[in-house]
Amino acid sequence: MKKNPKSVFRLETRSRRAIRNPKSEIDIDYVAKLANLPLTSKEKLTFSRQLQDILGYFSKLGEVDTQKVEPIGHITGLTDIVRDDQTAPSITQEEALKNAPRTHKGFFEVEAIFEEQN
Amino acid sequence: MIDIEDLTIKTAADLLSKRQIKAQELTGAFLDRAHKLNKKLNSFITITDDVAIKQAKKVDELIVDNQKLNPLAGIPIGVKDLFSTQGIRTTAGSKVLENYVPVYDATVVSRLKDSGVVIVGKTNQDAWGHGASGENSDFGSTCNPYDLTRVPGGSSSGSAAAVAANLCLAATGTDTGGSIRQPSSFCNLVGLKPTYGRVSRYGIIAMASSLDSIGHITHTVYDNALILNITAGYDQFDSTTSPKPVDDYTKDINRGVKGIKVGLPKEYFESLDPGIGEKIISAVKILEKLGAELFDISLPHTEYGVVTYYIIQPSEVSSNLARYDGIRFGFDREKFGAEAKRRIILGTYTLSAGYYDAYYLKAMKVRRLIREDFEKVFKKVDVLICPTLPTPPFKLGEKITDPLSMYLADIFTVCPSLAGVPSLNLPCGFIGDLPVGMQIIGPDFSEKLLYQVGYAYEQETKWYQKRPDLI
Repeated sequence: MKKNPKSVFRLETRSRRAIRNPKSEIDIDYVAKLANLPLTSKEKLTFSRQLQDILGYFSKLGEVDTQKVEPIGHITGLTDIVRDDQTAPSITQEEALKNAPRTHKGFFEVEAIFEEQN
Repeated sequence: MIDIEDLTIKTAADLLSKRQIKAQELTGAFLDRAHKLNKKLNSFITITDDVAIKQAKKVDELIVDNQKLNPLAGIPIGVKDLFSTQGIRTTAGSKVLENYVPVYDATVVSRLKDSGVVIVGKTNQDAWGHGASGENSDFGSTCNPYDLTRVPGGSSSGSAAAVAANLCLAATGTDTGGSIRQPSSFCNLVGLKPTYGRVSRYGIIAMASSLDSIGHITHTVYDNALILNITAGYDQFDSTTSPKPVDDYTKDINRGVKGIKVGLPKEYFESLDPGIGEKIISAVKILEKLGAELFDISLPHTEYGVVTYYIIQPSEVSSNLARYDGIRFGFDREKFGAEAKRRIILGTYTLSAGYYDAYYLKAMKVRRLIREDFEKVFKKVDVLICPTLPTPPFKLGEKITDPLSMYLADIFTVCPSLAGVPSLNLPCGFIGDLPVGMQIIGPDFSEKLLYQVGYAYEQETKWYQKRPDLI
């Protein structure tokens, strides 16, 4: 993917701002959109307030010096786990579709995402 | 009819193997009691009479046929509703999955079924595992059998309440930041959070994948070890399970604690209910009398545990819950309850472009420091003992409107979770009628040692014999 220099700049300034001031305003509409989560206006208000409190509490982590610390990966140290590339029996197509609210000729049915051009 | 109120897995297995009772009679007695008391406690979302009776009948046939059976054969258990069960509705405590019937079993469920357990029902829980009280269930709160006005702890709320009230002899649970240990502590039960990767997560609805540990709740230490003998071990369907060989957890369980070095982390005794501090201290004095050596130690990054946990966990929650879109199963995202929505928003924010380094990455660095604290002390001592919770069970409704105060209830359980090490909650007495629990924490894969220490203490105290008065 091609990098957009404008968005990289935006990313850096945001990151600095977050470290300096973790209480920076949370854009609830933007986050709800990212999460594909429908929220009522009352929920938006409540969550914004509660998340602001929680983010304020998170600023405590700034006290810890982690300049020379690597982030941890798998906690007991497993790395590069692979299995043999072999096929094995799995659930049937019928079973896979068993809980689907809408199916069409053996497939999951979803809303169309493209509009027809006139 | 048989009196089931004082049974443990061990005593029930004994009755079954001596043919003093049939598996079908035992199952019938537990199902009757479950139906009678579930209205009061709300510990089961689904009671599975047909499945249970069928499984019990099969065990009876095997006994008549003189087959050699696992000690769990014919034992009635509850399964947390986060575990996929083939043909049995699995809701995760959420209305999003109210109609979801899995077409396969979680690895733990299939292993338990192979050992002959009888599944009497799917237990209530905080939806998706989000909570420390059981009050976040979309199917209503569960009550604490020792005091019906109080919470049983969470998120494995129904599992703990069902075992404590003798509606089943054991129940499965998941522990991401305390969800097995906490309700076990509030309900006078033995609850294991195994080492991360000791037990398969396959088929269990994921909460925070780098933390989720799969365990279980029982009355006694021995019963707990019997179940780990079945559930522990590598699973090709979960690449985070460890290939390390599995111990025989009941063998040498009575070895005692002579010469065992027990560390008391000072940070865990600083801000807690004084009554609880006293219970823990008198418990470690008993272990000292039995030959253990006590040491004061320090885990200096303890104070950053809750913050670190509440960055990592919601981040991973938001990622795991992204898959619920109502297309392949379940309902759409509008049906998420308030706490799930809160964590999705929080986690999406902390993972979003520009904030990832400040929150998730920073937290994963501090997580390394927390783990190093544990690695360092385990060079000096064999196990750690500390409280599981800073307070006794709180009242239903007391903390539900203040998420941050609810999160702080996890203060003593989150650090072992972040470090990945195993921890066993053990009953250590009562304040009035309210149970108190302590944690025995050990290095990676030291579950056998935790059971040995727990067993030695339990033989001296037998708190599990004090059952709630419900009928």
